[in-house]
Amino acid sequence: MKYVDEYRKKDLIISISEKLKAVSEKEMVIMEVCGGHTMAIHRFGLAALLPPNIHLISGPGCPVCVSSQHFIDMAMAYSKIPGIIITTYGDLIRVPGSSTSLEKERANGSDIRIIYSVLESLEIAKMNPEKKVVFLGIGFETTAPLTAAAVLQAKSEKITNFYVLSAHKVMPPVMKALVEEGVKIDGFIAPGHVTAITGTAIYNDLALVYKLGVVVAGFEPSDMMQAVLMLAVQIESGNPKVEIQYQRVVHNEGNLIAQRILNKVFDLRDDRWRGLGTIAQSGLKIRDEFSQFDAEKHFIIEIPESTEPKGCICGQILRGLKTPAECSLFGKKCTPADPVGACMVSGEGTCATYYKYRS
Amino acid sequence: MKQIEKTILLGHGSGGKMMHDLIENVFIKHFENSILSEQTDAAIVQAGSEKIAFTTDSFVIDPLFFPGGNIGKLAVCGTVNDLAVSGAEPLYLSVSFIIEEGFPFKSLEIIAESLAAEAKKAGVLIVTGDTKVVNKGKCDKLFINTSGIGLVRNDRTHITKALNIVPGDIIIINGTIGDHGISVLNARESFNFKTTIVSDCASLNHIIGEVLNKTQVKFMRDPTRGGVATVLNELAGKINLGIEIDESLLPVNNGVKAMCEILGFDPLHIANEGKVLIVAGKEYGPAIIEILKNNELGRNCAVIGRVVDDHRGKVVLRNETGGRRIIDSLSGDQLPRIC
Repeated sequence: MKYVDEYRKKDLIISISEKLKAVSEKEMVIMEVCGGHTMAIHRFGLAALLPPNIHLISGPGCPVCVSSQHFIDMAMAYSKIPGIIITTYGDLIRVPGSSTSLEKERANGSDIRIIYSVLESLEIAKMNPEKKVVFLGIGFETTAPLTAAAVLQAKSEKITNFYVLSAHKVMPPVMKALVEEGVKIDGFIAPGHVTAITGTAIYNDLALVYKLGVVVAGFEPSDMMQAVLMLAVQIESGNPKVEIQYQRVVHNEGNLIAQRILNKVFDLRDDRWRGLGTIAQSGLKIRDEFSQFDAEKHFIIEIPESTEPKGCICGQILRGLKTPAECSLFGKKCTPADPVGACMVSGEGTCATYYKYRS
Repeated sequence: MKQIEKTILLGHGSGGKMMHDLIENVFIKHFENSILSEQTDAAIVQAGSEKIAFTTDSFVIDPLFFPGGNIGKLAVCGTVNDLAVSGAEPLYLSVSFIIEEGFPFKSLEIIAESLAAEAKKAGVLIVTGDTKVVNKGKCDKLFINTSGIGLVRNDRTHITKALNIVPGDIIIINGTIGDHGISVLNARESFNFKTTIVSDCASLNHIIGEVLNKTQVKFMRDPTRGGVATVLNELAGKINLGIEIDESLLPVNNGVKAMCEILGFDPLHIANEGKVLIVAGKEYGPAIIEILKNNELGRNCAVIGRVVDDHRGKVVLRNETGGRRIIDSLSGDQLPRIC
């Protein structure tokens, strides 16, 4: 398949692997922030192609996994309100909340619909004027502009029964939080599609202040290998900087139109992350100007404080401190068919990836 | 805190692990007998001096019409194929309709027409049936159940049992995988992808009959819900041997590949309705491929893997970049109703 096969050529990947072995003997820990990268590493068996001194750890970049239990509990509470249709991306439907999941609430009669684009929510709203449609907005700078576009479209089309429950998040604060918390990281493989929107300036602090290398990478095996090579060169030479490996998609300034839409509709706020607690200015809330579309302003509900499931170490896995193999629930009590923690639910979750590609 | 699952979820009908557990823990528990316990696509029962294959299948697909077919054609193919992969010659079908009040006559007529046309093509007779109409909202437009019987020659009763499979045996498929599931998904959801993906929905009894007449086959199964991955996992478990497949040998249409890349699906988990997986001794490989290649329904056939004396009970995929990974059955629900 064009634009895919070229980046999966075995010879190319092996040749990068050979170069990598010659570049450095330093021990280095590289965090791939994005769940899509974690998947690619395991799907293509890349860990086996790295020299033993280079260690990859997975970060907090799977949107489903980092959505707080509180958010899931809120979604569940909304789904029980008569007259509400919940629209959601499919991955979220099986995430366990404190007592149940959206999948189980759907079986109990709640109207919960899986959509592939937020714009479908607007269609559903138009076709069901007597109902209220609440879209569960999750994801980083990749999906957030689409949610923003839907809000703008709802406003211009005067759709009055469409709401967003936003758990949208932004990437840089959590990357900094991990470093400040003391997680040992020598360099980041930065998310390709987030950066395609935001541009690279968001990582400048990491290189300048924290002296960490950042390489924005694509999702094919040769992309990933090349990004690791670029980081290894940076780390070996003691010259941390922000570089783009994924040049066919990412440009320094990012997607200015998407940024404008995003900033028009959303504003930063402190936000909860599953397993990581509250991180300052890391979440996106709908600006007051668009509050008519903000579910939190319309449906006031009290949610009891939630606790993480017993024995689940998703929090440490999301911080790159532990691997799924170190979790006593992994593969036993917690499987994709019957997940305990969020990392096992999403196709991009670290635990689900380890489970799927274990060998 | 986790609660004990008390209600049926969509995933229980997806053909993967959840459904398997449901069947084991509820149905087998109550219906237990030696024939049912075989859990084959069709039951092989003795009737006088003849061995009869008997099977049933319900069709709840949404949408009713999709590129490459409709629920009527599918209802014939599904049951005919369950009989054919059991080594039987399909003969007679029953057809039952559950129709929602308000369903257009015109659509019903088109569906009945396709049903008849496909039955004729497959050479089976529809000999009995039933009709029920339910209140608006009590079923989704139209559900169809078909049951079928066929005759099994005495020298073909081993096929459902997967008895004589040994390391070195090869695994063949008669064409590209994932076409049905992806075409239905595309017809159902509002992706607006412009694709030419057409369901592979077809009756396989003639092509399978030819293979059986001219070669030796050890096992066959149609990879419908749960896809190739689920069938191979069940087989690996049953024979307690390993199965190895080569990603580079898997026939997958570019459109299916692209949709799977975009949506994060694995073509190995996607449903097919005109495909058969054949396990045979290596020596029969060339003859089987020759027969398949000369048939419209087998033009893109390929040997996709082999049985190995390693990683017993597991299916391992060698990918194009040289890595290896375990291929699991589908857990839970991946796609909307597809059959």
